[in-house]
Amino acid sequence: MPASAKARVDDIEQRLLLDAIYHHYHYDFRQYAQASLKRRLQSALTQFGCKTLSQLQDRVLHEPSVFTALLQFLTVQVSDMFRDPAYFLALRTEVIPILRTYPSIKVWVAGCSAGEEVYSLAILLAEEGLLDRALIYATDINPHALRAAEQGVFDLDRVAAFTSNHARSGGRSSLSDYYSARYGRVVFDKRLREHMVFSDHSLATDSVFAEVHLISCRNVLIYFERDLQSRALGLFHDALVHRGFLGLGSRESLRFSAQADNFDDFVLEERIYRKKAGL
Amino acid sequence: MSANAPTSPAAPRTTPPSGPWDAIVIGGSSGAIDALNALVPALPARLCAAVIVVLHLPRDRRSLLVDIFRERCALPVLEAEDQLWIQPGHLYFAPPDYHLLVDQGPRLALSVGAPVYFSRPSIDVLFESAADCYGDRLMGILLSGANEDGAQGLAAIQAAGGRTVVQAPSSAAMPTMPNAALARLDVDDALTPDEIAAMLSQLPTQPVL
Repeated sequence: MPASAKARVDDIEQRLLLDAIYHHYHYDFRQYAQASLKRRLQSALTQFGCKTLSQLQDRVLHEPSVFTALLQFLTVQVSDMFRDPAYFLALRTEVIPILRTYPSIKVWVAGCSAGEEVYSLAILLAEEGLLDRALIYATDINPHALRAAEQGVFDLDRVAAFTSNHARSGGRSSLSDYYSARYGRVVFDKRLREHMVFSDHSLATDSVFAEVHLISCRNVLIYFERDLQSRALGLFHDALVHRGFLGLGSRESLRFSAQADNFDDFVLEERIYRKKAGL
Repeated sequence: MSANAPTSPAAPRTTPPSGPWDAIVIGGSSGAIDALNALVPALPARLCAAVIVVLHLPRDRRSLLVDIFRERCALPVLEAEDQLWIQPGHLYFAPPDYHLLVDQGPRLALSVGAPVYFSRPSIDVLFESAADCYGDRLMGILLSGANEDGAQGLAAIQAAGGRTVVQAPSSAAMPTMPNAALARLDVDDALTPDEIAAMLSQLPTQPVL
C-alpha cells in the first residue's frame, strides 16, 4: 500500500476507534488534537501487541480491562510539582492578595492528572495562611490518575526537582514540611488532603459543578482541538465568580478562542487571565 | 544498515523527490546552531514553504532562538504556539520543554508527552507528525547532534515520499545524529551546511503581488 493510502487508512481507523470508545464507554476523545493522540495510540499498539487500530478496537470493545489500560495512553500524565515556578510565583504575588479578601476560597484544578499541581497549590495556600478557608476541586477523566492523586504519593527520586521548583516559586517553607518519606516514596500530609475534593469530570462532556475563584488548567487544552478548547473555556468562564482568575499552561493562550473577549490579561507572561466584569 | 531499515533489495531509488515543498522541517542538537547560522540567512524572502525547526534546548530556560535568528532571516521568525495555522514563508522554532507537532490544518500543536531520547522537544515527534500531514510535499533536514533523535522521523518522511537531507557527518560537530539516519535509511543527500544553504536559496518563492 502506498504511504499516502496507509496514512488515510490510519486516520479512518483512529476515527472509528474514538467513535467506538465514545459509544461504548462514553469517553469523548473525538475532538482531541489528532496528531499527538496518534502518537500515543501508536505506543498503545506496541503495548497491546496489536498490528492495527482496528485490532485494538476489537479488543477495546470486548475487553473492558483493555479500555482501562488504554486510558493511560489516551490521557497524558506528565507533570511536576510547581512546574513553571514563575507561574506559581505570579499566583503568590499577584493573585493571592486578591483571593485573600474572600471569606472562603474555591479553586478548581481541571485535568489534575496524578495531583502534582493540586498539592502544589495546597502548599502555596498553606504558606499564605489561606488553606484553612480553601477548598480545591481536582478533576480528571482518568480514574486511575484520580486515585493516585488522592493518595498523594510520589516517587522519592522526583522530589529533588519538586524541591528546587518550589524554592524558585517563592516558597516560604521547606517542601519537606509537607511530606514524609518512606520506602523510596513520599506521602503528602493529610492536612493538605482535607482541603481537596477529587472528582471524575470531563471538559468534553460534563458541565459546571461549582462556583470558584481560581481555575488552574495547564497543558490540558493543548490536547484539544479548537472547538473543544472553546467548550472548556466556556465552562471555565461560567464556573468563575465575578472577576475570577484562570491560569493556563505557559504556551497556551486565549487568543484563538471565542472566549478571548471575556477575559482580561492579568499576568500575561504567565498566562493568568481574569474574568471581565459584567459578563 | 539498522534492523529497522527497509530491507527489500529491489527498487533502487530513482531520482529523489524534487518537490515542490509545503514545508521544510529541520532538527538538530549539539553543533546544530552553527549549521543553522549558515542555513537560516540563506532562506529566500517569500519562500513558498513553511520552515519548522526543533533544536534540543535546556528545558528550564526561555529560548533565545527567535531573538538570535530574527535579525538574520528574510522570513518572519516565530516561536511555535499551540493552534497556530502554519503559514508559508514563516519560520517556527519549537519552544523549550514541549513537543512540537504538525496537526491537520496544517496547524502547530504542542504536547508535554514523555521525552524521546531524553529530549523534549523531540525531532522524531515533529518529523513523524509532519510526514503524516504533508506526505510527499515535505523536506526533512537533520543536522549535527550527539544522539539518535530524528533518524526514525527522517525515515517516516522518506516513507511518505518526502525528501531527506542530513548534514554530512564530516562537517558536523557531533556526527552521531546524521550517522544514525544514514545507517537507517537511504538518505537522499548528505551535504555540508554551505551546500544545504545553497540548495535552500534556490527554492521557489511566492510572487510579489
